[in-house]
Amino acid sequence: MGARKAKHGLPLTIFFTIISLLYIYPIALVFINSFKKKAYISKYPFKIPTDNMFVGLENYIRGIEQTGLIGAFGWSLFITIFSVAAIILCCSMCAWYISRVKTKVTRAIYILCLFAMIVPFQMEMYTLSKIANMLKMGNPWGIIIIYLGFGAGLSVFMFTGFMKSIPLEIEEAAMIDGCTPLQTFFRVVMPIAKPTCITVVILQAMWIWNDYLLPSLVLDQRKYKTVPMAVQYLKGGYGSVDMGAMMGTLVLAIVPIIIFYLFCQRYIIEGVVAGAVKG
Amino acid sequence: MQKAIKKYFPIFVLPTMIAFAIGFLAPFILGIYLSFCDFTTVTDAEFIGIGNYLKILGDAEFIHSLWYTALFTVVTVILINVLAFAVALLLTKGIRGTNVFRTVFFMPNLIGGIVLGYVWQLLLNGVLARFERTLTYSEWFGFWGLVILMLWQQVGYMMIIYISGIQNIPGELIEAAKIDGARPSQILRHVTIPMVMPSITICTFLTLTNGFKLFDQNLALTNGAPSRMSELLALNIYNTFYGRAGWEGVGQAKAVVFFIIVGVIALLQNRLTTSKEVQQ
Repeated sequence: MGARKAKHGLPLTIFFTIISLLYIYPIALVFINSFKKKAYISKYPFKIPTDNMFVGLENYIRGIEQTGLIGAFGWSLFITIFSVAAIILCCSMCAWYISRVKTKVTRAIYILCLFAMIVPFQMEMYTLSKIANMLKMGNPWGIIIIYLGFGAGLSVFMFTGFMKSIPLEIEEAAMIDGCTPLQTFFRVVMPIAKPTCITVVILQAMWIWNDYLLPSLVLDQRKYKTVPMAVQYLKGGYGSVDMGAMMGTLVLAIVPIIIFYLFCQRYIIEGVVAGAVKG
Repeated sequence: MQKAIKKYFPIFVLPTMIAFAIGFLAPFILGIYLSFCDFTTVTDAEFIGIGNYLKILGDAEFIHSLWYTALFTVVTVILINVLAFAVALLLTKGIRGTNVFRTVFFMPNLIGGIVLGYVWQLLLNGVLARFERTLTYSEWFGFWGLVILMLWQQVGYMMIIYISGIQNIPGELIEAAKIDGARPSQILRHVTIPMVMPSITICTFLTLTNGFKLFDQNLALTNGAPSRMSELLALNIYNTFYGRAGWEGVGQAKAVVFFIIVGVIALLQNRLTTSKEVQQ
């Protein structure tokens, strides 16, 4: 593709450069405003913070203090990492089993997983929060189990699609050589399933990290907050929102994601494409 | 081999199934049951038949949010897909900077809906302030604000899928069409579009369900203001559960209706566009 010289190459490049700058603008605007005194943010959002408007890092400090953002980062990381790890491990095992053992039960599991993918969260949210409450799962450990259950639909579906494409001979050879099913799975199947794992990791991590509603309903908010909950927390309560703290919090919520994205963008984009093709 | 694996059911399948039962199945079944009950907590549920569903019919706000959501979904599905496809076409021509543009356009997808909502609230309210309006001036300000936000977020995602679809078209096919004297518009219509039909299926599906299920952005951008007129379905259901005491049963019934709508749309859409796909 790259070798072919494009027609209208330069005008298009200029056009897309302008569009790209406009694309970044909303985030740049929040960044600029995060250095402004809170009273000026809503009044003059487009002005550069000069002498009397400039407040340094005050908004960031207030944002962190009001929302408990540092703790929220920790919990978000904890929940995302362990939920995704649980999803990868359990769902790939489940998918391998249901694609190798053909019974009515495994067929039913597969259909349930397909079904789970189209059920909107609103259908579940009230009863889920009550059940989680009854089972004392309103903590970051309990929510990992819930995410495993919720992520199972898509993940099992995607892993099953991959497992079906592996030639059976490889596994049969391993089993004849004396591998137990567990050894076969971890030594033979999982290494080949790596690309699918990456796709599932990316799709699920994007979802879990950014999820607001589920943790806000399930978690005990006084003890645990995730990043989206911390941002929304500023809006809660009565009276006007502290726009300064809001801007600082938004920047702090966005920047780590963008840095992470710039490092892993190739995997992320490939993962999304692979996920879409299978979904 | 099947026999050897079979007795490993507890290790391979059970952990996922237990979590699935707690996180998905039990709430789903309980949810269906509760939609026919009057309750304030799960334990005091009393079966009342279809009373909750009848109440929905008289709930003007819900009916309004239903149309509002349908319109929002139609507008976003069309705009997102047309724009994403156009950008994908231009970005597969091999122009300079393609990778940078792709990276930039995809970026908003990594940022959560709540954060995006507040980012755009600042920008849009700033622009509207020049005309002495805010996003919550009327339901249509919120509507178009949300449309712009969704375009900004999702065009990049769909573009990525379209780009991969376009790149998978065999080069000979386009060459052959050119040799036969097809104009660019004809190539687009008779070669490119039929060949990327699988991508179109996926992207319409994703944008449709995203539009219908949208919650976070709606909550952050307008939170339904003015007076619940810019509420999408998901937010309306949420507010019925948590904003209106004694209406939990109605909220659950709404959720069931919502589930049926999303399910039917997903199935219909899948039938419709899959039938247009070219066998390769």
